[in-house]
Amino acid sequence: MDIFSKRKYLVIAIFLAAGTVFLIKLFGLQVMDSKYKVSATNNVLREIVQYPARGLVYDRNGTLMVFNKPAYDLLITPREVEAFDTTAFCKLLEISKEELNAGIQKAREYSTYKPSILIKQIPPESFAYLQEQLYKFKGFHTQSRTLREYAHSSAAHVLGYVSEVNDNDINRDEYYKPGDYIGASGIEKTYENQLRGVKGIKKQLVDVHNRIQGSYLNGAEDIPAQIGKDIISTLDADLQIYAEQLFRNKRGGVVAIEPSTGEVLALVSAPTYDPGLLVGRVRGTNYNILLRDTLKPLFNRATQAKYPPGSTFKLINTLVGLETGAITTNSRFSCYGKSTTPIRCTHNHVSPADVVDAIRESCNPFLWNTFRATIRKYNSTAEGFNVWREYVASFGIGQILSSDFPNALSGNLPKESLYNGIYGSGRWSPLTIRSLAIGQGELGATPLQMANVAAAIANRGYYYPPHLIKEIENDTIPGSFKKRRNTKISPVNFEPIIEGMEQVVNGNLNATIGVPGLQMCGKTGTVENNQGSDHSVFTAFAPKENPKIAIFVYVENGVWGSRYAAPMASLMVEQYLNDTIAAKRKWVEKRMLDANLLNPNQPK
Amino acid sequence: MPKRNSLWANIDWITVILFVTLMLLGWVNIYSSVFDQEHQSIFDTSQRYGKQLIWIGAALVIAFVILIIESNFYVFFSYIIYGTIILLLILVLFIGVEINGQTAWFMVGSFRIQPSEFGKFATALALANYMNTHGFKLQKLKSLAIVSLIILTPAALILLQNDTGSALVYFSFVLVLYREGLSGVVLFFGALMIVLFILSLVVSNLVLALILLGIALIAFFVLNPKFKQFLRIPVFYMASFLFLFIVNLILGKKYEISFLISIASVVGTLIVLGYSFRKRLKYFAIICYIFLGSIIFTFSVDYVFNNILGAHQQARINELLGIKSDPLGAGYNVNQSKIAIGSGGVWGKGFLNGTQTKFDFVPEQDTDFIFCTVGEEWGFAGSILVIGLFMIFLTRLIWLAERQRSGFSRIYGYSVAVILFFHFFVNIGMTIGIMPVIGIPLPFFSYGGSSLWSFTILLFIFIRLDASRYEKF
Ligand SMILES: [Zn+2]
Repeated sequence: MDIFSKRKYLVIAIFLAAGTVFLIKLFGLQVMDSKYKVSATNNVLREIVQYPARGLVYDRNGTLMVFNKPAYDLLITPREVEAFDTTAFCKLLEISKEELNAGIQKAREYSTYKPSILIKQIPPESFAYLQEQLYKFKGFHTQSRTLREYAHSSAAHVLGYVSEVNDNDINRDEYYKPGDYIGASGIEKTYENQLRGVKGIKKQLVDVHNRIQGSYLNGAEDIPAQIGKDIISTLDADLQIYAEQLFRNKRGGVVAIEPSTGEVLALVSAPTYDPGLLVGRVRGTNYNILLRDTLKPLFNRATQAKYPPGSTFKLINTLVGLETGAITTNSRFSCYGKSTTPIRCTHNHVSPADVVDAIRESCNPFLWNTFRATIRKYNSTAEGFNVWREYVASFGIGQILSSDFPNALSGNLPKESLYNGIYGSGRWSPLTIRSLAIGQGELGATPLQMANVAAAIANRGYYYPPHLIKEIENDTIPGSFKKRRNTKISPVNFEPIIEGMEQVVNGNLNATIGVPGLQMCGKTGTVENNQGSDHSVFTAFAPKENPKIAIFVYVENGVWGSRYAAPMASLMVEQYLNDTIAAKRKWVEKRMLDANLLNPNQPK
Repeated sequence: MPKRNSLWANIDWITVILFVTLMLLGWVNIYSSVFDQEHQSIFDTSQRYGKQLIWIGAALVIAFVILIIESNFYVFFSYIIYGTIILLLILVLFIGVEINGQTAWFMVGSFRIQPSEFGKFATALALANYMNTHGFKLQKLKSLAIVSLIILTPAALILLQNDTGSALVYFSFVLVLYREGLSGVVLFFGALMIVLFILSLVVSNLVLALILLGIALIAFFVLNPKFKQFLRIPVFYMASFLFLFIVNLILGKKYEISFLISIASVVGTLIVLGYSFRKRLKYFAIICYIFLGSIIFTFSVDYVFNNILGAHQQARINELLGIKSDPLGAGYNVNQSKIAIGSGGVWGKGFLNGTQTKFDFVPEQDTDFIFCTVGEEWGFAGSILVIGLFMIFLTRLIWLAERQRSGFSRIYGYSVAVILFFHFFVNIGMTIGIMPVIGIPLPFFSYGGSSLWSFTILLFIFIRLDASRYEKF
């Protein structure tokens, strides 16, 4: 016996003390405290996620554009399934037996006692009948979700679509759980956080057989779902729909902007698609069909196509010439028509021509002389080019204009280094890069950027970043949208340009694009195309004073600027400002609506 | 005189029966917690209860093999076994497989082995052997150092595997050392530190400082024979506080009153310390040291808590102490576990009728949270049964240890008892919310081959040693 033998009592005492403490605590938990005895009938608590409805989208006049429709998921809890009439069940759900078996197998692999979704997004029409019959099939229950519905089947590229979250989304943001929906493009994507709302939790008592017995604590611990915030878009639904009608059977893009705010009134990429195609159970199939379509309807030409701006770019080049002092309103350059070098003129007109004449006649030689004079004003070609480039960039060319277009491209505004790379430093001159003078060559701008240029000209020198959102319910729109950005051109230099643009509309095109009582200013463009008919381009704003709309239209294979782009632009401006098309212009409208330009080799 | 040579007659069958009972009770609860209509056969090895049945069979074989080996083997090979396990623990850090963030597993074919599980009996053997050597005395610094090294080496290696729970188990050896002569003061300070740790997180440091001051004053009073001498002590504190208060006024109230009180209590203690040296009041000095130590410890806890503990460890402690509750986050497991146990009532819902534990409300329901199934399906009656069985079992082990003639067997027996106790205490304490969530299994109950076998080996080596208690070695 050692001297420490008595210490065994303390060790045993510690053991017994622990056991006693446990029993006291367990007595409290299991016998005294009724909090944990949820009910006498072996109920368990189940948390049911409450999915909020997404926010609605309205147009600028309060017309509802996007709303929600109910849909239902059918869930299966494999261990509760009892033998059932599979034929009747498949008929009820309009699925094949193979699909049913595969679905059950998948659910079983996930869990035999936790519910998993068997069939997603059952439309309400089928649901009503299904709900009546469901009692026959043990182990199945439904949960309600909401799906997007579109009032006009238009503005697909602006509104975007909603899809199921992928693994990236789930890893990036813990809010998302598998099976949740997320905005995948357009406004749905940009304003996902505002539109999605906040999921809620409903605690329910469920018995051993998973049957709902009622709410827990009368819902005291439930967290209600918060529905998403509504959004008022800058679009004008009528104009948007009209523009899409005009662009039927054509390729190209149009963007219309309110110059005083930068609000986008219409944005069309043609061919477009019905946004309703990408909703619900048919989404996957339709998406693949659209993806494989050779006309590329999913490609947003309005914000992603890098079109050479063509003659519409002459407006900027002339403005740069005036601002740098390379030319003045008194400058005149001779034009010998088709025999002019190094760039020939496509028109016959007075010579020598001044600024206003040059804009009206789209005179290439004048623009060449202006461009050369601008660059020659500086010590070297490179320096002159860089000054020119800065002026052009101040119009937003070559840049991402705004956060509202998540997939927009910045286009091409060539850098000095590009030409140094091609020709060698100091080995290129204005002559080398003369295509820039007439808006061709290495230049590429999206219709969105060119519409913004039209807005900047309409404003005589400034613009607001183009955007798609006017208001968010109980929230603010990004401050950058209200921040005026100035071009590097003084207001006074715009006047002769605008004068020229007005003469374009009032000149010999007046029969097709002149809108009675409307002072519209515009500029046509024709972009050479080696693969088929040339492209038709038109940029415009109206009215001349206090402009309400600036627009840029690009019609692929539209042959001449004046043939399709200009009349279509004039119709849109007329529709927007007058709400109707004058009777005497109905024939123009009909011709535009009827035209089919999908064959790239249009007869000239 | 009992039959010296009959091994089977000398085995303590009561312990063996308790072992088998616990193991079978565990299996019944595993069966229930993963019960599934589709897999009803208990031999279905695709299900965990089927597998556990295999582990149990193997455990019985292991037990038998351990019993037929000569008891001397465990004494002679104790260091070799310990060394081998230490090597494996090092090796697993390099070639181990990471599961749930712990690099604690060897893969042998499709088989997983967790060497840390086997560290416990190896450490117990080595400890028993070393402490039984001639000339060993815990009071000697060298002996204490080697004992610490034997215990802490595997603990540190397991900590490196990121398995905090299994590493903490090694603290239980303190009780073995206590039984073998370690000063009770160590236990006292250990307990004091735990209490201070909890208090410093629950109440503000100022309140804690005042509580400690109050306790110190009471201690002074109790220990002081002369009342007049005692009365001076509060005066010292008041004076130092007043002094600081006036200094602060002159400085333009730069510091908070609470800060002044804290400083005053320290300054006052230093004065009392000086006073007790002058008057040769030994106990006063000790109280002062403890007080100062406690204050420093208290203030360092905040630092340790905020800077050294990981976020999930902080969350678990916050949850346990009720500082911050997050029933869907860190507190989810414990909350669900308490609901499951609490819903069992007095008599429970009956075998296979548990609902909480069946629908995955309780995570790890067949491993770390197996006690939930007991609580839910067998109610308070079942809780009494299981806790009672463990109490009888543990007390029986201490009783067996005390009847050993050899120091080796006694020390090993104590090790077995305290290791099993630590697992029992932490595991059930966690499920009922009085311990933080530390994932260690309930001996013989929880699902899992490695843990079941390691507990079997641990226990049966002792049963074998006990069976040879009449032999001399
Ligand atoms: Zn010309």
